[in-house]
Amino acid sequence: MAKRPKHYGLLAEYETAADLYHACEKVRDAGYGAWDAHTPFPVHGLEKAMGLRSSIIPYIVCVMGFSGAGLGFLLQYWSSTIAYPLIISAKPYNSYPAFVPVTFELGILLGAFGAVFGMLAINKLPQLHHSLFNSHRFSKFSDDRFFISIESRDPKYDAERTRKLLESTGAAAVEEVEE
Amino acid sequence: MSGSHDRHGPLVRHEQVHFADNSPWKKAPMLFGAIGVISLGVAFALKGPDASKFWSSYLTAVMWGLSIGLGGLFFTLVQHAVRAGWSIVVRRIAENLMLTLPVVALLILPVVFLGAHDLFHWTHAEAMAHDEVLQAKQAYLNEGSFRIRAIVYLALWSLLSLTFWSWSTKQDTAADPAPYAHKMRYWSTVGLLVFALTLTFAAFDWLMSLDPHWFSTIFGVYYFAGCFSIVASSIALTVILLHRSGYLRGVVTTEHFHDLGKVMFAFSVFWGYIGFSQFFLIWYASIPEETFWFSYRGQGDWLTLSILLIFVRFALPFVGLMSRKIKRNPRTLGFWCVWIIVAEFLDMYWLVQPALAQRTGSEHIRPDVLDLTTLVGVAGILVAVFTWGLQRHALVPMRDPRLEESLNHENS
Repeated sequence: MAKRPKHYGLLAEYETAADLYHACEKVRDAGYGAWDAHTPFPVHGLEKAMGLRSSIIPYIVCVMGFSGAGLGFLLQYWSSTIAYPLIISAKPYNSYPAFVPVTFELGILLGAFGAVFGMLAINKLPQLHHSLFNSHRFSKFSDDRFFISIESRDPKYDAERTRKLLESTGAAAVEEVEE
Repeated sequence: MSGSHDRHGPLVRHEQVHFADNSPWKKAPMLFGAIGVISLGVAFALKGPDASKFWSSYLTAVMWGLSIGLGGLFFTLVQHAVRAGWSIVVRRIAENLMLTLPVVALLILPVVFLGAHDLFHWTHAEAMAHDEVLQAKQAYLNEGSFRIRAIVYLALWSLLSLTFWSWSTKQDTAADPAPYAHKMRYWSTVGLLVFALTLTFAAFDWLMSLDPHWFSTIFGVYYFAGCFSIVASSIALTVILLHRSGYLRGVVTTEHFHDLGKVMFAFSVFWGYIGFSQFFLIWYASIPEETFWFSYRGQGDWLTLSILLIFVRFALPFVGLMSRKIKRNPRTLGFWCVWIIVAEFLDMYWLVQPALAQRTGSEHIRPDVLDLTTLVGVAGILVAVFTWGLQRHALVPMRDPRLEESLNHENS
């Protein structure tokens, strides 16, 4: 017998954003953790329906931003007082007001890096392939259909019961997706 | 989605946006008007032989009050110009804040016509005669054109505020709200241009010319930064108080508080940005005719006040308003609203008082009862006009085409 392919999980298709919204509430209340919703456009309030906790991105940005500002200041302090102590327009070596623009800009730069690369890392991007693309149906997630995927690695996952749950949420179709 | 509310009843219920007959808000205009007039009367009676103290306190208070009115005008105009949806439910409050402009105009006239000699050194002919710099600036800094300019600014502000206020309130009962919406949007762009020019030159005339040798082209923007942060704070504070009295509940929501908090945060940072830009270029170029303005603010008590201002006006609100939770909680947001309203006064104090103190060589801050009485006087009169405006019409623009969008607004 050929080796049975492992299952990534279940994919449910919905026709409207409202159907998806209420389905998300049911999946959330059933206590699943490893699942996601896929929509062609942002659906307001979906994070509440999904019970998502707020992102840790702001904290990454905060740490990166303050590090950038601190390093930016130290860079200028070091270069103008230790490495190249030159008197410029009769000002002291450590002319800290003059360091503010670069300090500010480096704070912004590293903060922005933290936001963009932190977001990519948390989303595990870039990724060359994702199991959900094995589903032909799924290509419509960027067109006119709404999807919920529940992964088989979720401890609550059970092929039969999870399928029943998704069917009870008014899904237009439910299918198994291969790894 | 237009017309959908006809099937489900009105979007906003009458009792949510109109004061009940026994509401304390109905008594506010009389009460605060009386406090304001009495307080200004007391201040005038305490004037004493040296009128310059009285006028400097009065100017500080009036410029603080003006920043709320101008902020309200800007808020209203810019929301029309960018066709903002989120702000419709708080726009009427901004409109009532800008309704104080005609009254502030009356409060500024004494500064221009009675107090100018005690405040503005360049109005003295003998000072002009011995000062080449002032002579070079005479084409702009002379009493005739100073008065004419003041009347022009005040007339334009009054015209803009009364026009937009009456269009918006007429829309509430108009058969067809669309023409008013189009008219307000069209004229808001013209209004913004007029606003930018008049605000800039008014700040030059009434604040910058306290020290007529000094100049800073960014000065108008500096004053504007305060206007926008104080008006967002005033709007949010008003809504918090209205919620407590049972009005606007479910109309102005946490989402709107969050957005107003963002404006407060952003314009505290903007103030820091502009304030530093002004300081930075002058410090870096180090030209004596520009640096002295900061030099006497860097001595004695004034240095303490300058450093305090950086923290009160920028650093503490920056840290304090950063969190989403703080902006979405009416208690913590209310705290920062009061903070910013007070900080704007501190800023005006820092702009006005050192310029006059340094003429006598004083490095000391001398808080005076006049500072308090003029502030209470101006604030009382402004609150009276504002609350009078609030009860004249509904608390939200009832027939604005984007009202439904604003009611359903959510931050994602």
